[in-house]
Amino acid sequence: MSDMLKIVPEKCTGCMQCELACSWVQTGTFQPSRSVIRVNVFDEQASYAPYTCLQCDEAWCMNACPVNAIGIDAATGAKVVVDAHCIGCHLCTIACPFGTIFTLPQSGNAAKCNLCGGQPACAAVCPTDAIEFGAGDSQAPWFDGWAEKVHNRYIEAAEQQ
Amino acid sequence: MRNVMGGWTGKLLRVDLTTGTSRVESIPESWLHEYLGGRGLGVRYLYEEMDPAVDAFSPDNELIFATGPLTGTPAPCGARYMVVTKGPLTGAITTSNSGGHWGPELKFAGYDLVVVQGRAASPSYLLIYDDRVEVRDAAAYWGRGVWDTEDGLRKELGIPELRVAAIGPAGENRVRFACIMNDKHRAAGRSGVGAVMGSKNLKAIAVRGTGGIDVADPAAFMDSFWKLEHDMRDHPGRQSFGEFGTAATIDMTQAFGGLPTRNFQEGQFEEYENLNGVSVRENRLVANKACFACTIACGRVTRLGEYADKFLVNMHPRNWRHAYEGPEYESAWALGADTGVGDLDAVLKAHWLCNDLGMDPISMGATLAAAMELYERGVVTDEHVEVPLRFGSPEALVRMVEATAYREGFGEELAEGSKRMGDKLKHPEVFMGSKGQEFPAYDPRGFQGMGVAYATCNRGACHLRAWTPAIESTGEADPHTPEGKSPWVAQQQNRTTAHDATGLCLFVGGSGATLESILPCISAATGYALTMEQLLTIGERTWNLERLWNLKAGLTRKDDTLPKRLLTEAHKSGPSQGVTVDLDAMLPIYYRERGWDQEGVPTREKLAELGLASLY
Repeated sequence: MSDMLKIVPEKCTGCMQCELACSWVQTGTFQPSRSVIRVNVFDEQASYAPYTCLQCDEAWCMNACPVNAIGIDAATGAKVVVDAHCIGCHLCTIACPFGTIFTLPQSGNAAKCNLCGGQPACAAVCPTDAIEFGAGDSQAPWFDGWAEKVHNRYIEAAEQQ
Repeated sequence: MRNVMGGWTGKLLRVDLTTGTSRVESIPESWLHEYLGGRGLGVRYLYEEMDPAVDAFSPDNELIFATGPLTGTPAPCGARYMVVTKGPLTGAITTSNSGGHWGPELKFAGYDLVVVQGRAASPSYLLIYDDRVEVRDAAAYWGRGVWDTEDGLRKELGIPELRVAAIGPAGENRVRFACIMNDKHRAAGRSGVGAVMGSKNLKAIAVRGTGGIDVADPAAFMDSFWKLEHDMRDHPGRQSFGEFGTAATIDMTQAFGGLPTRNFQEGQFEEYENLNGVSVRENRLVANKACFACTIACGRVTRLGEYADKFLVNMHPRNWRHAYEGPEYESAWALGADTGVGDLDAVLKAHWLCNDLGMDPISMGATLAAAMELYERGVVTDEHVEVPLRFGSPEALVRMVEATAYREGFGEELAEGSKRMGDKLKHPEVFMGSKGQEFPAYDPRGFQGMGVAYATCNRGACHLRAWTPAIESTGEADPHTPEGKSPWVAQQQNRTTAHDATGLCLFVGGSGATLESILPCISAATGYALTMEQLLTIGERTWNLERLWNLKAGLTRKDDTLPKRLLTEAHKSGPSQGVTVDLDAMLPIYYRERGWDQEGVPTREKLAELGLASLY
């Protein structure tokens, strides 16, 4: 099993350092609109959740791509977009169940997390260790107990209404 | 321009609300070098373009939003923008700083500064989406709170990433201490900048930027960035900010007898433990929240839980069971100790109301405290007020916050601030502030240096220009004597002014970073090799220019003063017992230290030294 990004939303403070670092690695400027890790903010529930590609074993983006523009990085196991092959058809963004593959504003090409070749900048920069990179037992360890958590949150929200 | 410059975008967006037009201008490179950005550049533009004598609510008053070269970069806490305008509370120049995400978004849209001029004919908001700039109708949002306005604009425009700086009903009603709120809970808080925005019929500035910020020397920038990160990561100051928020300061000021209580009649509050950082953390904290690029996360996200429906408010219904932000040290003090209210839930609710209605909790709490003193002395009676304004009454606190924003009943008086209220009721002695602006939460009888810091601050009483507890609570200086305070204050004012020009939060200073360790970051980002001496001169130059602006606005040495209570009445008990403020001993030294004459006017030599000779 390759190393993976482990995200703990409870530790996130919403500072966006991950978005800055991600865009920096890709573009050489600080441009959060180009980041492929995004922090979702739900203000009134006090919830900040960084989300990015889970690097699915069975990657639907790959399956959907008509020109085989998404390949696997042998070193990291990351699913990576081969820019030269991408035709900007957006099929992958529709296929992805998690909404973690994006399109670039200028070229219209797909963009997704490639684990920075094995040293993800978002994990390095996160000041609260909400994003860590390392060995894990499952594809998305932060999904453990996820359904239960969501359920509880709904109950809590319903009680507050 | 992008290729030769980093950090800065080099561009200014000028919006004339009277005509509904806008244009983009280049910022002179010499100004970038002489004033750096943020507060410095904002002050330079205001000095250049506006007659300081005009009324703060005149369409001729300019409202400037200024970011710094490090705003929007990952330099720790590079989230800040500065609102520069003439303050309706003070009649002086004001520079109100805010964090959140709005400032960086403005940079991503491609602008360092926004200059707002004129007055819109009807309620309007400004949309900035990269190059697209529009003045749009805000009738649907007028009268509504800050939070609804932000949610509504995102929905109307269909842009979930939109960042909004808005005023609430308080700004619309020209409450003299109304704020501009961004990201719902971050405030450009003091001196009434929100009332200026209201006087321009401008409800909000909504920004979305998809561009990026370059840095001139990427390798050097990342190097200095990681050094700063490293210095801050395990620093005890950063950890305390994160763990307990700013409210941790309550324990310190209480211990020194410097926690002003019941309108500065006492220096310690018996219920301080209800309001401090530990209490907030243990009872109401849900999460820490960071501003953009912030590695500290002092922001408190809190929830009232089962107490949500206590102290219902009349005019402003909403679901109080959600999580919102607050309290901070200043609001916990002003709405708490200063009004004698030790009920954390009431303070929290008053704080939330201030956020949503768009008011500065410091001036709000302090003005209410002054009114409470008058009530207890029988000057304000039950004929004037619907709720008895007794010190310690949570009902009075929550109700009067709301009444003030809407100028309802006695709220009409409170909305003018405690200086004007005291004058009108013929009891000017209840005003606890300087230059018309209420003091923040440090009693100068507990921290002598704050006396000269308050009296000389260009925007009226302020704790963010020279925070003398830094030396007075640590044993470096005696908190009760004037010795050595004036030179330290003058020097510190220059340092914080320079800091405010960078776009970084002042709190990095208490969290392991210094102006010296930030310097390489600035140089690497901008490509302008700045020395420490130059950086400090930028601070001093800006401070002096603010002073010149104030002199032109009609302020004089007489305005560099403190209320009689601080100068003649000592606390009767506690650690600061028997101490009064010896401003007469500190002020002449301060002027000398600044290179000003004894009327507080900068000398020709000083102006020449700072390159300001041609400006005054």
